Amino acid sequence: MEPLEIVNRLKAKYLNEISVVSQFRDQVFVSVNRDRILDICRYLHDDPEMYMDYLADLCGVDYPGRQYRFEVVYNLFSMKHRHRILLKALIPEKDPAIDSVVSVWSGANWHEREACDMYGITFNGHPDLRRILMPEDWDGYPLRKDYPLKGQEDHEYKGLEEARDLHTHDSEWTIT
Amino acid sequence: MPCTQRKLTTGILMNEMKHSPNNNGSRLATKEFTLNMGPQHPATHGVLRLVLDLDGETIVKCTPYVGYLHRGVEKLSENRNYLQILPLTDRLDYISSMSNNIGYCVAVEKLFGIELPERTEYIRTIVSELSRIANHLLWLATHALDIGAMTVFLYCFREREKILDLFERLCGARLTVSYPRIGGLKNDADARWLEDVLAFTDEFPGRVGQYETLINKNRIWLRRTKGVGVISAEDAINWGLSGPTLRGSGVPYDVRTVTQYGMYHKVKWKICTGKNGDIYDRYRVRMDEFHQSNSIIRQCIEQISEGPIMADAPKFTLPPKDRVLSDMEHLIHHFVLITKGPQTAPEGELYVPTEVPKGELGFFFVSDGTGKPYRMRIRSPSFVHVAALPRLCEGELLADIIANIGSIDIVLGECDR
Repeated sequence: MEPLEIVNRLKAKYLNEISVVSQFRDQVFVSVNRDRILDICRYLHDDPEMYMDYLADLCGVDYPGRQYRFEVVYNLFSMKHRHRILLKALIPEKDPAIDSVVSVWSGANWHEREACDMYGITFNGHPDLRRILMPEDWDGYPLRKDYPLKGQEDHEYKGLEEARDLHTHDSEWTIT
Repeated sequence: MPCTQRKLTTGILMNEMKHSPNNNGSRLATKEFTLNMGPQHPATHGVLRLVLDLDGETIVKCTPYVGYLHRGVEKLSENRNYLQILPLTDRLDYISSMSNNIGYCVAVEKLFGIELPERTEYIRTIVSELSRIANHLLWLATHALDIGAMTVFLYCFREREKILDLFERLCGARLTVSYPRIGGLKNDADARWLEDVLAFTDEFPGRVGQYETLINKNRIWLRRTKGVGVISAEDAINWGLSGPTLRGSGVPYDVRTVTQYGMYHKVKWKICTGKNGDIYDRYRVRMDEFHQSNSIIRQCIEQISEGPIMADAPKFTLPPKDRVLSDMEHLIHHFVLITKGPQTAPEGELYVPTEVPKGELGFFFVSDGTGKPYRMRIRSPSFVHVAALPRLCEGELLADIIANIGSIDIVLGECDR
């Protein structure tokens, strides 16, 4: 199915949720309201004509100054029909949270953890939302645009000693 | 209890007793172990740490910890121009840096709308398939070594060395090559080099036969791989697996047929798939890909013709040196590109996946029209594959985790970025 045809079907079903449709080269991006993202994803996954069974990628993007500061980009692909569509869920700065789609695609698990780690976006209903690439006691969200490239000034990472106390696993351990 | 405690060695950490034993009774006490594996462990292929909850030898829960090699490539990229990012991509999957470079260049070229000359596409296809062979050789070598076949390791490194020598002759580097450029290549491949690649492909299928005689009918190899780490096609897709790991489950998905790049549409090759989705099938897929890659290289060398190697896009690619020295406009372009980098880029967002040896490597760009990407997301196959590791090894035996890690072919440099 052509990407624009997918958009038309989405519009027929979720007209109020879709705000902007943009196209670049051969790829189509659909900006959607974050509130019903789980419904939309489940529809795209389950509907036999869409059948977006492959979540190729999920990532966050930061646009400081916009009404909706954050975007979560869902890159959906259908193994059966070989079509692709990219959803962009718009998230305001004040309440950076969205429903998790792990129940639809298991592969979303670590991508969502990474988006949470890097942008501070909370994924409601995620089974195990912890920092993934940064240490667990890290302050701040490195991929936000207001995070300085060389790290925050006057803030030296103390490393292992503090991390040890915060490792939930370690407290259960008694090394014999 | 003292009996089990005495057996504890370094690295084995003990939980509280889960099932309290009947002290006077006849039943033996059982205990759940928590075993820490890594981050410094030879069989984790890098700095991967796994915390394993064990019931006897069975894995109840597997929790991977990654991030030890996180260097913030995505953050760095937002502060560099498009030309400066290329060497960073070498350091993602350092086993097959050539494929990473090409993946990055293809993505940027699609963003900029650059058409490549034919010769460039051919050379890129040749080197990326060489890189695939080298990657699969290293994979086979270490995977076999992990589960006890030492000889294969030495045989595979013999051939891998030849490929690295070919890379060195082509561009001066063996591992972190940075050979492709946006819109072309650093330098042309000479006829002598192509002849030597052809000579390599003449003997290589025989070498693959040698490896197969070592392990194909080896009873230990079969027992360690057949029916172990099984993942169904549906699950593999749901977890987002890609590359040989996905194809081992019988899904004929290869990004070379989805994204238009290289000369894959001009040569004859087929997508290798497995059936059962176990470690053995993933092994078979990679072994078959040796032959496919070999045949792709041979066909490319037959078809290749002389021609330019850089695209004509002066705002993004370096102009030829003789034009720089004789022509004012080209001199200016050269000067600006070297001192400041590209000044403009088309505004828009684009996701471009390519098939690297480990799976689908995707670059997602958000361009705001300046010479630096506003956002560069790297979708690395290893990251997704490590995420699926608990799914593969929970409920299986402790020894099989080594085989499982080997079979999904991960590199932590790419996983942690």
